[in-house]
Amino acid sequence: MVERKTESLRDAYGQALVELGERDPTLVVLDADLSGSTRTALFGKRFPERFFNVGVMEPTMMTIASGLALGGRTVYASTFAVFAAGQAYNTVRQSVCYNRANVKIVATHGGLLVGGDGGTHQMLEDIALMRSLPGMTVVVPADGPSTRAATLAIAAFEGPAYVRLTRENLPVVTDGTFTLGRAGQLREGSDLTIVAIGAMLGRALDVAEELHQAGVEARVLDFASIKPADEKALIRAARETGAILTMEEHNVLTGLGTLVASATATTYPVPVRQVGVPDLFGESGDPWKLLDHYGLSQKRALDEAWALLQLRGKVS
Amino acid sequence: MTYHAGSGHPGGSLSVTDLVTALVFHELRIDPEHPDWPDRDRLVLSKGHAAPALYSALAHRGFFDPKILPSLRELGSPLQGHVDHRKLPAVEASTGCLGQGIGMAVGMALDARLAKRPSRVYAIIGDGECQAGLTWEALMAGGHYALDNMVVLLDRNGLETDGKTEDLMGIEPIADKFRAFRYDTLEIDGHDFSAIIGALSHARASKGHPTAIVARTVKGKGVSFMENKHAWHGKAPNREEAERALAELGGSL
Repeated sequence: MVERKTESLRDAYGQALVELGERDPTLVVLDADLSGSTRTALFGKRFPERFFNVGVMEPTMMTIASGLALGGRTVYASTFAVFAAGQAYNTVRQSVCYNRANVKIVATHGGLLVGGDGGTHQMLEDIALMRSLPGMTVVVPADGPSTRAATLAIAAFEGPAYVRLTRENLPVVTDGTFTLGRAGQLREGSDLTIVAIGAMLGRALDVAEELHQAGVEARVLDFASIKPADEKALIRAARETGAILTMEEHNVLTGLGTLVASATATTYPVPVRQVGVPDLFGESGDPWKLLDHYGLSQKRALDEAWALLQLRGKVS
Repeated sequence: MTYHAGSGHPGGSLSVTDLVTALVFHELRIDPEHPDWPDRDRLVLSKGHAAPALYSALAHRGFFDPKILPSLRELGSPLQGHVDHRKLPAVEASTGCLGQGIGMAVGMALDARLAKRPSRVYAIIGDGECQAGLTWEALMAGGHYALDNMVVLLDRNGLETDGKTEDLMGIEPIADKFRAFRYDTLEIDGHDFSAIIGALSHARASKGHPTAIVARTVKGKGVSFMENKHAWHGKAPNREEAERALAELGGSL
């Protein structure tokens, strides 16, 4: 495994917010009693008059955010993913998306890597929920630099967005650029494509490196821009590599894997295998051990990669 | 309108009509010639199902042609079953699922305060809506931020879809609850225009906290066979009923 520097996505988000606040004197930020964890406190300290910590009322945080945005402001609202996408779902749906309010929801603590807090707090369905909302942009950055870039990128258009961040520090794997609707290619290859998001992107690169040692070249795509999705990159991957492995920290029924499968099926169907959380809730545990326990291990991904290569007749 | 649509909410529209009329024709600083005027006052109809009441008032105030009123709930009409400001910009906020409009009003009032705009924000809520936790979250926020540029008007008609609020899930003592949430609270007859206008001007002068107006109203007001009948919450009249109702109200189909 390659040793990589790790960084906090949440710190990158908080710092980017301060940057945005300096740039746009009308921008406001809301939080729901988790400002230390989400790092919106950095903005709150710098711009206290433009920071509203509403306490434990996530659904109403979204309605208040909408009211602020309809006056012409850009509004960021943060809490944990389970509260932003789960607890507040219908206010995000009506007050934010149906109203087309310029509210940017940046949710931390997505996925199993929440660890000790357990299954109630490990949000594994948020991509499905947020991606189904008309007009919603959905982004899942994989590291600190791309978190900063994504935080800035969603400020550049008017309309709602949902960004899912991971609690754990993650290895820096991207070059820190992010373009909406564009998949980032981190590794070239023609035998197989691995499409990954969030914490799984680092693992995807490790899998690709192991395959390389065995003489197999895997293309690796960073699919941070879930919606809009770079369908062209997926179809190119299908055409040029013939098989796709997806890796995500989300319920496999409704996440990245199903997106990739349906995007390719209509135009250039190839076998798609998923590494992700089975249709289950999580549980308490050491964050990284939880990933392995729920089938998101590097070994499991490697097994799936070999299975795909066998299906395509690339190995015997 | 609900007769033409074949569905809708006549009861709660009629109970709130006098409040909406007082706001749209007297209280609100709005201008049909400049609907985007940034300093305008905002009216959020949190009980978005009372759409016909708001549509009628806005049309007759000059925001759009009253001729389109019968297109309520038709495919392609800007007059959605629940108010929709993207399809009908004269409406300030799209609402429908209850408990959300009041939080949007809190956001608008905070926005006006931050921008130092003179805009005042009015939210009309229903009494069934007071059973929703969201309503109290938003009310708490309005009280906490001491939004004296915000007024909450409760259309207290006493009935919801399935019956009396007090039989289903009682909300009384509702005025005391508003007071406990830091609202300057008034109780009025919601069909007495001088009382409504008096309460609104009291609210304008009230500083340091938001105002709540508990307006005692009659569901189905003005139509004898609809008054105080919860069955008319979400049911449209047939042709004969619509003709009788409009005759009682001094209009015609």
